[in-house]
Amino acid sequence: MNFRAVRAIYLFEMARTWRTLLQSIVSPVVSTSLYFVVFGAAIGSRITSVEGVSYGTFIVPGLVMLSVLTQSIANASFGIYFPKFVGTIYELLSAPISYFEIVLGYVGAAATKSIILGLIILLTAGLFVPLQIHHPVWMLTFLVLTAVTFSLFGFIIGIWADGFEKLQMIPMLVVTPLTFLGGSFYSVNMLPSGWRTITLLNPVVYLISGFRWSFYEIADVSVGVSVGMTLSFLAVCMVTVWWIFKTGYRLKN
Amino acid sequence: MTPIISVANLSKTYGSGFRALNDINLEIRRGEIFALLGPNGAGKTTLISIICGIANLSAGKVTVDGHDINADYRAARSLIGLVPQELHTDAFESVWATVSFSRGLFGKPKNPAHIEKVLKDLSLWDKKDAKIVTLSGGMKRRVMIAKALSHEPQVLFLDEPTAGVDVELRKGMWEVVRALQAKGVTIILTTHYIEEAEEMADRIGVINKGEIILVEDKAGLMQKLGKKRLKLYLQQKVEAIPPALAPYHLELSGSGCELTYNYDTKGERTGITSLLSDLRNAGIRISDLDTSQSSLEDIFVSLVRAP
Repeated sequence: MNFRAVRAIYLFEMARTWRTLLQSIVSPVVSTSLYFVVFGAAIGSRITSVEGVSYGTFIVPGLVMLSVLTQSIANASFGIYFPKFVGTIYELLSAPISYFEIVLGYVGAAATKSIILGLIILLTAGLFVPLQIHHPVWMLTFLVLTAVTFSLFGFIIGIWADGFEKLQMIPMLVVTPLTFLGGSFYSVNMLPSGWRTITLLNPVVYLISGFRWSFYEIADVSVGVSVGMTLSFLAVCMVTVWWIFKTGYRLKN
Repeated sequence: MTPIISVANLSKTYGSGFRALNDINLEIRRGEIFALLGPNGAGKTTLISIICGIANLSAGKVTVDGHDINADYRAARSLIGLVPQELHTDAFESVWATVSFSRGLFGKPKNPAHIEKVLKDLSLWDKKDAKIVTLSGGMKRRVMIAKALSHEPQVLFLDEPTAGVDVELRKGMWEVVRALQAKGVTIILTTHYIEEAEEMADRIGVINKGEIILVEDKAGLMQKLGKKRLKLYLQQKVEAIPPALAPYHLELSGSGCELTYNYDTKGERTGITSLLSDLRNAGIRISDLDTSQSSLEDIFVSLVRAP
């Protein structure tokens, strides 16, 4: 195991975060705060409660998950796409480093950033609404699992993309809609039965449901199913990354 | 002595079906400077990319100091430093950070003294804190060399290292290369500047259309370069070369109005004086003459143009 190489990639990527602090941390925190103001305070004041929890409090896990999902993908996809774009990928490919170590460095850094961001947003939420976390270990487990899984997904997008447009396409056209329709701002149980069935095809529902359960012990689907679905998606991403490096897809001629 | 790099029956066919390399066999000697010459698209960069791990091979085997580049890629790659043809840099990183990153990537522990020495050798020390985006093209090229040297490689690939670099800087780079060779580093370079290969290389290889068509010691090539050609323009046409002139192996051309004599400038005698005397005795009068020397470039061009 080339730990020094993993460390070099990890620190290199983390350094980029501190260099672009406004874009990496401040911007998502401001955006999420606006959600709290608009949905929590303005609209939420007209909704008494959802499944026994005040609306402002109810949306906190969904909003954290929204940021963690989007930032995991954005960080990891940009992290690996940029060396491809500027050509410095040659150095990664010619270094005595395994594919696993490359992924560990990039995905580790992207997931770390997302987890830090998620925790900052959680603290920010505490300024707007009273928070309670019934299962803090499960909360952290879901947070880490989601950050790692979607960082891997972002890594795949970064390898696949051959232009900035493609880099933005999946997050904008697929992930954001799925997140908004995944129960961030409502309980799936509030939907008519037909829509509820369709919504259950959305993998993000399971992430948000499990995450929300760790806070308030309320869930749209059982916790076991949430964990299972998240692990399944993680497995799919891992197999895809393994295939990418095995074949050299979009990396090696 | 075992070669530091051994390429055996190497072929590369791209997905499009284009065969970039065809059954390449090549051995690079330990500690030498090997110049790989070839026209654009000959396969130079593809060959380097495969040895360095950037491209996959289709067939054959490559070893670096006995380590297979696929089965034992960690050991093989850790010996290699690569300076690619294009200027690929992290624009917003400092020189120090990017060179240190390269060392870490190759699994080497931190060694600020070594990085400092590399930057000083390449006249980059006063730019160590500068962002790469602010550097000139020549400086960026040196940064790439510094990155390749950061992990103290035993083999250094320089793919067109002096392209777009001014004369003074080019000379400075070659001084660095010579110093590396003195320390035992093997250097493989590709270049379009044939005079550079002539000046720097111990051996020269020529690749064309994916095949190695010549590998020779520079000394051997220089012997060929030592050959000069004397062209004699005759006052009157001759039908055939007189038998008395047979020892000179003259070539008759220009519809019988030109004679060509090849001679060795490094030989004890060029034979020119006796040739001119024998021509007069044979009744052949000369209206003009000129001499020319074939360069490495001439040899190169004739090799790559051969069908």
